Amino acid sequence: MPAPDQAVLARRQEILSALQAIVPGEGVIHDEREMRAYETDALTAYRQLPLIVVLPETVEQVSKVLKYCHDNDVKVVPRGAGTSLSGGALPLEDGVLLSMMKFNRVLDIDYDNRAVVVQPGVTNLGITRAVEHEGFYYAPDPSSQIACSIGGNIAENSGGVHCLKYGLTTNNVLGLEMVLVTGEVIRLGGKHLDSEGYDLLALMTGSEGLLGVVTEVTVRILQKPETARALLIGFPTSEDGGRCVADIIAAGIIPGGMEMMDKPAIHAAEDFVNAGYPRDVEALLIVELDGPEREVDYLIGRVEEIARANQASHVRISESEEERMTFWAGRKAAFPAVGRISPDYLCMDGTIPRRELPKVLARMRELAEKHGLGVANVFHAGDGNLHPLILYDANKPGELDAAEAFGADILRLCVEVGGVLTGEHGVGIEKRDLMTDMFSEADLKQQQRVKCAFDQKHLLNPGKVFPVLHRCAELGKMHVHKGQLPFPDIPRF
Amino acid sequence: MKPRNTGDVEKVVAWAAAEDQPLEIIGQGSKRTLGRPVQAAHVLDLSGLTGVESYEPAELVLTVKAGTPIAEVEKLVDDNGQELSFEPMDFGPLLGVTPAQGTIGGVLAANLSGPRRIKAGAARDHVLGMEAVSGRGEIFNSGGKVVKNVTGYDLPRALCGAYGTLAVATTVTLKVNPKPETSATFVLSGLDDDDGIKALCKAMGSSAEVSGAAHLPAGVNGGSSSTVLRLEGFSTSVDYRFKTLQALLGTYGTPSRLEASETGALWQTIRDVKPYAGGETPVWRLSVAPTAGPQLVANLGEAFELQAYYDWSGGLVWLSCLDGSLHEAEIRAAIDAVGGGHATLVRADASQRSNVPVFHPQPAPLAALSRRLKEQFDPKGILNPGKMVSGV
Ligand SMILES: Cc1cc2nc3c(=O)[nH]c(=O)nc-3n(C[C@H](O)[C@H](O)[C@H](O)COP(=O)(O)OP(=O)(O)OC[C@H]3O[C@@H](n4cnc5c(N)ncnc54)[C@H](O)[C@@H]3O)c2cc1C
Repeated sequence: MPAPDQAVLARRQEILSALQAIVPGEGVIHDEREMRAYETDALTAYRQLPLIVVLPETVEQVSKVLKYCHDNDVKVVPRGAGTSLSGGALPLEDGVLLSMMKFNRVLDIDYDNRAVVVQPGVTNLGITRAVEHEGFYYAPDPSSQIACSIGGNIAENSGGVHCLKYGLTTNNVLGLEMVLVTGEVIRLGGKHLDSEGYDLLALMTGSEGLLGVVTEVTVRILQKPETARALLIGFPTSEDGGRCVADIIAAGIIPGGMEMMDKPAIHAAEDFVNAGYPRDVEALLIVELDGPEREVDYLIGRVEEIARANQASHVRISESEEERMTFWAGRKAAFPAVGRISPDYLCMDGTIPRRELPKVLARMRELAEKHGLGVANVFHAGDGNLHPLILYDANKPGELDAAEAFGADILRLCVEVGGVLTGEHGVGIEKRDLMTDMFSEADLKQQQRVKCAFDQKHLLNPGKVFPVLHRCAELGKMHVHKGQLPFPDIPRF
Repeated sequence: MKPRNTGDVEKVVAWAAAEDQPLEIIGQGSKRTLGRPVQAAHVLDLSGLTGVESYEPAELVLTVKAGTPIAEVEKLVDDNGQELSFEPMDFGPLLGVTPAQGTIGGVLAANLSGPRRIKAGAARDHVLGMEAVSGRGEIFNSGGKVVKNVTGYDLPRALCGAYGTLAVATTVTLKVNPKPETSATFVLSGLDDDDGIKALCKAMGSSAEVSGAAHLPAGVNGGSSSTVLRLEGFSTSVDYRFKTLQALLGTYGTPSRLEASETGALWQTIRDVKPYAGGETPVWRLSVAPTAGPQLVANLGEAFELQAYYDWSGGLVWLSCLDGSLHEAEIRAAIDAVGGGHATLVRADASQRSNVPVFHPQPAPLAALSRRLKEQFDPKGILNPGKMVSGV
């Protein structure tokens, strides 16, 4: 992390008074004990007390807080529910932590236009809860949906089991209101489609709190599919499972969800919830088909055929809602289940081209041996998004370091086979230093130029996402090579 | 200048930046009349940058050079039972240029999406990665070649709809989808605009998975009005969902049904704005909340003589000004009055296009932010100067 600015630390009292003048009463927290609640997000290996915590309630307060911090060179870390797994909301010692959790109201539900307007602190599931009595839902469904905020979802471009068919956050957001670090309030999009001018909505989605603070969100809602049914399919090898996934997609079928688990994960989950998973398979696939009843029945048959053609040793089809939920119970409990077999685990997140799956799993077993740690795999098989869970014991000296080194090796492997460092959890501080494994210096410079357009002074969430922070002035220099007109032989138009 | 590879593009742009030589960027130039006329001494023609770099149908991922003709891309994926599900429109008929022209880079630069936008998303929603050359003459990669990725800012998506004013795309990676087995259209006749849009919104809010929702008022495409809903997918499912719509919209009249081939032709007509083809009247493309469409058109109809039809469940209005004037101020004010959106002038002669803001003007802080972004990527202002905003 960047070294804390001693001058800012020395001005703490003055900053506190200024913030208290903007956000009255309990909206400013400065007592060390009370601030403990904010010292980490869900990447708990990292902890840091913030300078001060502010909980604004109005857009005007957000704007004033940001303007004050901007004018006085104080860093700001936005925070939603704090469920980030990449350390995105980790506080800075010399920075204000801006919690958006008092922005918790649903502002407008418009069924005709299939749009819902909410404040950023509303939870992901809260949106669905607000519309489900009319049969609607909000499609992106991170496993943390009961807790995570829609503001955090925007910042992380979160996804879930439904992503393959229904898209990520970015595909389901229509509009935003946001405050720039200078305090200016801008609106992007709305209930209409496609914003005019540059697509700043695209840049904001997945910007990890570095470009602006989201104060209002308009999302698209969908009518719940008529029905959903699932297949539970076991394979003797992961190659067979991988091929089955490819064949399902090649057959023109995009399932509502398609999840896979490897043997260690299957055993951990089965021990924990008794979902009826077969133990004698190397790979277990859950395929869920959703949509009109007639279509789902038809597709269940097609997927079963494809599974059998790929040596499936075990096929079960849900015949009731209860049975479908049982299939999912193990998958959904996979993380806590692994928590039972290991004192600690690191949940990694990388995406690979699906065809590389067998190779990646084999290499991962080699890496496990090299680092002397176990690994269990659950992943979004449809889109190649892996979540290796690295098992370690924080109380054993050196194991956390080994787990982190193992995790970095896995992510490098993802990039090496043509994939990416993160599929849904974000870069944060966790994968920051690996960015150079995926991007060249020039690639990273362009990314940072986006930052310069939004936040010239680098005051919003600095230290996250980018390994080296170039100053904007330095990035602005151009290497100018005066030269000959290229292709003098080619006629001009 | 017609580069043959990314290195060539880099050289041209670096030279132009060093010498302050503005460039007009074109694919095949088929959309040259979209946006504001560009004042540039040189043309950077990307139509030589063609070819498929990789295509993995089972991964749903396609990587091609930006100058590859869209028609070739569509044929390639079609041969593999897949499609670009954002259904890019063909501006040929509307703009009076050769149809079926254009490159994939041009489609993305203009973020062109067809009727399936309401279900499948816009062109930008199908972009996964991009190699491009910034106005500084630097080659860079952003995004990736897998369908799920949140590593770094989403530059590939942001470069869509930028009309080549931030960077020149040299290679693009797209998400493709399986092509539906069949399609059918549910047709209601004789509804007025209000009822037509109500029916569309009701259908869009159902579980019928509608992939096209348009209302063509009387006289736009033949005699009486038609309110049309497209269903796509496995044939058993299409039949079933047709019945769902019948039950849902029974009060609006007795529907008729178009089968796959007629469905294809109808939606191509809607997508490519064929009702206005061959004419010379100014044409605007308006995007508003779906339910605001009819009110907007009614308000404007009181001010001047127009023809309008609705796609995107009412939210996309194709408006033709029959008296030949642009009515820019009235249209933009009317959009604000119905709750916001934007209006883009898509057909008008060059002098008209240089005299009004072709793209919807933005509030000051937003315009300033957009300008800062432009300055970061193209500090010398050499890429398509003035294409989107006068003087930028
Ligand atoms: C058990 C568990 C399961 C999870 N499963 C998934 C999953 O399936 N899919 C998935 O994608 N993620 C998952 N996550 C990760 C996490 O829930 C998501 O990243 C979520 O979007 C974070 O939301 P939050 O409100 O908790 O944000 P926080 O953790 O508070 O913040 C995350 C980032 O968002 C920024 N931010 C927050 N609010 C705002 C705002 N209003 N304006 C600007 N920036 C803001 C912060 O600065 C930070 O960079 C999981 C996490 C846990 C703990």
